[in-house]
Amino acid sequence: MMRNKYARPVRLTEQGEGGQGGASRLTTSAMIASLAAPGQRTKPAPFGQALLALAETRPDLLGLSADLSKYTDLHIFAKAHPDRFYQMGMSEQLLMCTAAGLAREGFMPFATTYAVFAARRAYDFICLAIAEENLNVKVVCALPGLTTGYGPSHQATEDIAIFRGMPNLTIVDPCDALDIEQAVPAIAAHSGPVYMRLLRGNVPIVLDEYDYKFELGKAKLLRGGADALIISSGFMTMRALEAVESLKAQRIDAGVLHVPTIKPLDEATIIREASKTGRMVIVAENHTVIGGLGEAVAGVLLRAGVTPAFRQIGLPDEFLDAGALPTLHDRYGISTAAMSKSIKRWLAA
Amino acid sequence: MEASPSRVNAPSLAERAYRIRRNALRMGEVQGQGYIAQALGVADVLAVAYFHAMRYHPDDPEWEGRDRFLLSIGHYAIAAYSAMIEAGIIPEDELETYGSDDSRLPMSGMASYTPGMEISGGSLGQGLAIGVGYALGLKRKKSDAFVYCLFSDGECGEGAVWEGASGAGHWKLDNLIGIIDVNNQQADGPSSEVTGGLEHLADRFTAFGWHAQRVNGNDIGALVSAFDAARSLREPMPRVIICDTRMAKGVPFLEQRERNHFLRVDADEWQQALAVLEEGRTA
Repeated sequence: MMRNKYARPVRLTEQGEGGQGGASRLTTSAMIASLAAPGQRTKPAPFGQALLALAETRPDLLGLSADLSKYTDLHIFAKAHPDRFYQMGMSEQLLMCTAAGLAREGFMPFATTYAVFAARRAYDFICLAIAEENLNVKVVCALPGLTTGYGPSHQATEDIAIFRGMPNLTIVDPCDALDIEQAVPAIAAHSGPVYMRLLRGNVPIVLDEYDYKFELGKAKLLRGGADALIISSGFMTMRALEAVESLKAQRIDAGVLHVPTIKPLDEATIIREASKTGRMVIVAENHTVIGGLGEAVAGVLLRAGVTPAFRQIGLPDEFLDAGALPTLHDRYGISTAAMSKSIKRWLAA
Repeated sequence: MEASPSRVNAPSLAERAYRIRRNALRMGEVQGQGYIAQALGVADVLAVAYFHAMRYHPDDPEWEGRDRFLLSIGHYAIAAYSAMIEAGIIPEDELETYGSDDSRLPMSGMASYTPGMEISGGSLGQGLAIGVGYALGLKRKKSDAFVYCLFSDGECGEGAVWEGASGAGHWKLDNLIGIIDVNNQQADGPSSEVTGGLEHLADRFTAFGWHAQRVNGNDIGALVSAFDAARSLREPMPRVIICDTRMAKGVPFLEQRERNHFLRVDADEWQQALAVLEEGRTA
């Protein structure tokens, strides 16, 4: 739905289907808004810390930023290793090409910016200068999907749709601080181009409560469930785990399959879990419902002849509103409350 | 500094340029078409680059000590192949496969296809910016190798060229040498009309912190001086040699042909072109 031009604010209580009703109006908050709920356990800058640890054993590791090192947690690496950090300025095309040239000379550049700038502005440069040559460049981008309230200029709601069509490129969408810490050395061990969606700042940590370890290319069943299977990536796995807890009280038993590697997709595990009869399959992603994990999973299942009841939780095919993240997550159905409500409704139908 | 292939008793640069042009015409004849006018125009520049300026081992194209030659203008591959065949990097018998199925010599140059081809050009605007990465990488490795990047006047319409120019100036990349082929012709017409600003190219690069020279790109003596100056400059800044060239140089009846970005040459004209080229041979 298009926004009405110059539309005046609506009352908060009319917004969204999930909650927040009656609460005081939230502000857009800083660019560094955390996804963490009040009181939730977090870890600061897991990407920066993981790079720092990796730098000890990988002398070929370099960090590159296009004027966003403080906003991608790369500044931690830059401060510790100023001689291994390249500030490319506000030039994403140069950022990617420089990374390509450095990779040609045998280095492993981590090129960081925001997901919108990598996916939209620098696409051709990642595609031809890096991916076509299968160069060992890691493109790590903050603000994937809907993780900022700044509006479409900063909201990379279609980054996965854009990148999924790029041959040679591995795509990783970690859930939390633990996932990021483990994904960084894993993508470094993989020789070839990788796009990783980054959560930055104080990042929630939830997966340490599960028997979980990040493995590149592997989906992991975090919990089983008889009524529904939620297949999710990124922080939507955290939301799925929270939603499943709240659904338990309503006698709904849902499982969660975490898919941190979007490409290549762990088709075998997805087919195996979705084949267990009688369960609705719900794909939850921090991304437009077009061209992301949901459609990837749907394609895998259809090709395999597996056809469970299928639903998607994701962002609508719209340019999204500006505003406060909790408000927007409610409005677009990816908050825990909104997600629980949708699942309950679908299962009751 | 290790010497390039022995140049004692080597053919003159004019003879090298003649052979590069001849190779290009022979490849053009295979396809019956191609970017032959660009290849003929830039042959003198490549002769000086490959047989005067650059350091490389023909039988070891990935030799660590080599100067890197980045072909940003992928469609000039026919020219680069012609030079690399003459240099012995590519066997001469592959010439007849140019642009054919399963050939190592595709119409647009790609690194994974061809020995000696450092990058996959063709998406214009990328080469110079990739050169920034190469130059920074070589500095990290304390290498004294140069990075040469060949791009074009029309290509300067791409914003990424100027991101690269700005970055190279900012990083003071004295191991990066840009070569611009200014033939004032691009797909839709003369670059002076389609893109504009050609008369200010040197000033534009100077403003970005580069050392800029502008020479007649079909004058081998001037090119030798320019390459020597670019390599020996002591100031910590990137260098650019802006080469004004004439499309289809060396084959007058093709030089006269209009709208020659993608030159049409009739089947019976290839031998005629080779004959005319031979007449002009000075060596």
